[in-house]
Amino acid sequence: MSEALDILFTASFWVAAIRIASPLIFATMGELICERAGVLNLGIEGIMTVGAFAGWFTVYSGGDLWTGVAVAALAGGAFGLLHATLTVPLGLSQHVVGIGITLLATSLTYFTYRLALPQVTTPPKIEPFQPLPIPGLSKIPVLGEALFSQTPLTYLAFATVAAVAWVLYRTPLGLAVRAAGENPAAVEAQGISVTGIRMGAVMAGSALMAVGGAFLTMSAFNSFFFQMINGRGWICIALVVFGSWRPGKALLGAILFAAFDAYQVRLQQISGGVVPYQLFLMMPYILSIAALVLVARRATYPRALMIPYQKGER
Amino acid sequence: MRLEPRPQPPLGVLLLYPLAAVAVTLALVSLLVLAAGASPLSVLGLVLKGAAGSQFALMETLTRATPLIFTGLAVAVAFRARLWNIGAEAQLYIGAVVTVVLGTGALPLPSIVLIPVIMIAAMAAGALLLLGPTLLKTRFGVDEVVTTLLLNFIALLFVSMLLEGPLKDPTGLGWPQSSRVVADAQLPRIVTGRRLHYGFVVALAAALCVWVVMKKTVLGYEMRAVGHNAEAARFAGMPVNSVLAKTALLSGGLAALAGFSEVSGLKGNLTLDLSPGFGYSGIVVAMLAMLNPIGVVVSAIFVAGIFVGADAMSRAAKVPSYIADVMVATALLTMVTALLFARFRVRWR
Repeated sequence: MSEALDILFTASFWVAAIRIASPLIFATMGELICERAGVLNLGIEGIMTVGAFAGWFTVYSGGDLWTGVAVAALAGGAFGLLHATLTVPLGLSQHVVGIGITLLATSLTYFTYRLALPQVTTPPKIEPFQPLPIPGLSKIPVLGEALFSQTPLTYLAFATVAAVAWVLYRTPLGLAVRAAGENPAAVEAQGISVTGIRMGAVMAGSALMAVGGAFLTMSAFNSFFFQMINGRGWICIALVVFGSWRPGKALLGAILFAAFDAYQVRLQQISGGVVPYQLFLMMPYILSIAALVLVARRATYPRALMIPYQKGER
Repeated sequence: MRLEPRPQPPLGVLLLYPLAAVAVTLALVSLLVLAAGASPLSVLGLVLKGAAGSQFALMETLTRATPLIFTGLAVAVAFRARLWNIGAEAQLYIGAVVTVVLGTGALPLPSIVLIPVIMIAAMAAGALLLLGPTLLKTRFGVDEVVTTLLLNFIALLFVSMLLEGPLKDPTGLGWPQSSRVVADAQLPRIVTGRRLHYGFVVALAAALCVWVVMKKTVLGYEMRAVGHNAEAARFAGMPVNSVLAKTALLSGGLAALAGFSEVSGLKGNLTLDLSPGFGYSGIVVAMLAMLNPIGVVVSAIFVAGIFVGADAMSRAAKVPSYIADVMVATALLTMVTALLFARFRVRWR
């Protein structure tokens, strides 16, 4: 039993937790921006797949790592544009379009992978982002190793949370985004286009989701394989609800979730195969559902979430 | 730009736009085929030949359509009441698990009794699996999209656990697979020597039943009312939560039948690749059919034809068979867009 508790005090556990949290942080922020503007983006799972492939493939074809991140973001933004065009000005069902985008993005990725690498059996590897310890700070015991000895993409994830929070709460643009998700008519009354704000939010959010996917192939692992997103996108949708649509709380949720995920892997090792490993693997999904049940009653959804807006219509 | 409803869409428009959607889909997919270095026309020919070019091909298509009819009906029923069941995949696997548990010799019954018993039990399991998220929605306000999606992953891990534990085939040489169901638990083949089985007939009957329920019963009327406007339905005195619960039981049960028919009619046992995403394809099938139960049969055969045809094509031409998934997803997006333009007129100003 004490063995199970000891895990919590090892630096390697927290390093892993922050690493597992990083892709979730990007994608959760992406989904949060979309939903804050009033659009549920169920394309997230597919867009993460696209990002994972686009970033990895760019590096595999000779691009440098940051170019890979940019390409992933652009690819995500492109799918965001498709999603936004169908759901915002055309007002199609966000559920149906989102699932459609996930199916399209995933199958297009797999098709391209097979086309580009027809013969491979083991996925080729790239040289991923390396840990970049921050001088001084990384020497703090446990905390320093967990937070300040990560790869640059993890630092970017944390910076993204700060940027999203600052834009949402401290800038006129953020106010317009939040209002577009609460009371779009008020945004239009200010002479700002709800359509423009929502489409921009979905594209920016989708770009972040794709970077989240790219983290997996370019920082956490070093190659692309099928089904590697494995429901992370859906978990991020749960994290947005759990974080009550606030960047800080969502960040906390992502870290808690990742800590739990890192913990179940270690628990699995010390349980010595008595308990089926699948039970451990189920835990993150069950935890997500449990978290939703806990917060659902007092969740205050953005009031215009999933409600299409037509100018001049009441 | 704004969208104005067409008071009475002319028949020409209603026909023209879906055809345009098909044309756009074919054009986009042709670009991918060109990128793969093949000729779109010859690839299209190979797909058509592989899907319907012979009696064998046609039967393969109908065999593949069978689970899609069940999951398509499951989605159509749920979406009609705006219950977003994205978990048909999980319900399918639970149906398959029940089929294996009861069908591998646990019940010494004659076929005529055994098969209905297994069907009812499988449907009950699938129904309960969807009832959970639905109650979480109606009691606690938990969004069913996320819960049903996450249950797909949980269900697959659960099946994996069973296949490496209690349901493991002792003669399986370490492969994660279950024992085969006994002969009395198997749905017979329609034509000897072909894979098409009576699951297809059950699927057609299910579509007819769902059509009757949706069009001719109070429950069907209530489901449509709840889907159209839950608030108004509540105001009119309809028990919205209980309607949603009944919808969930029906939808989950239908999806579970897909698992039953795949095991009992086609595969004979349960493996982790029983369903290559039939639950998700069911969403496309239902949307292409505009949630109409009879339309589901047609669109399931259409979607199955794409998959079967693309499989055959990719063996002949060097185009990855994932082109089928791309085509189906593109068809979904172009079709919902086309149907919108058929019902609304775009006014620029």
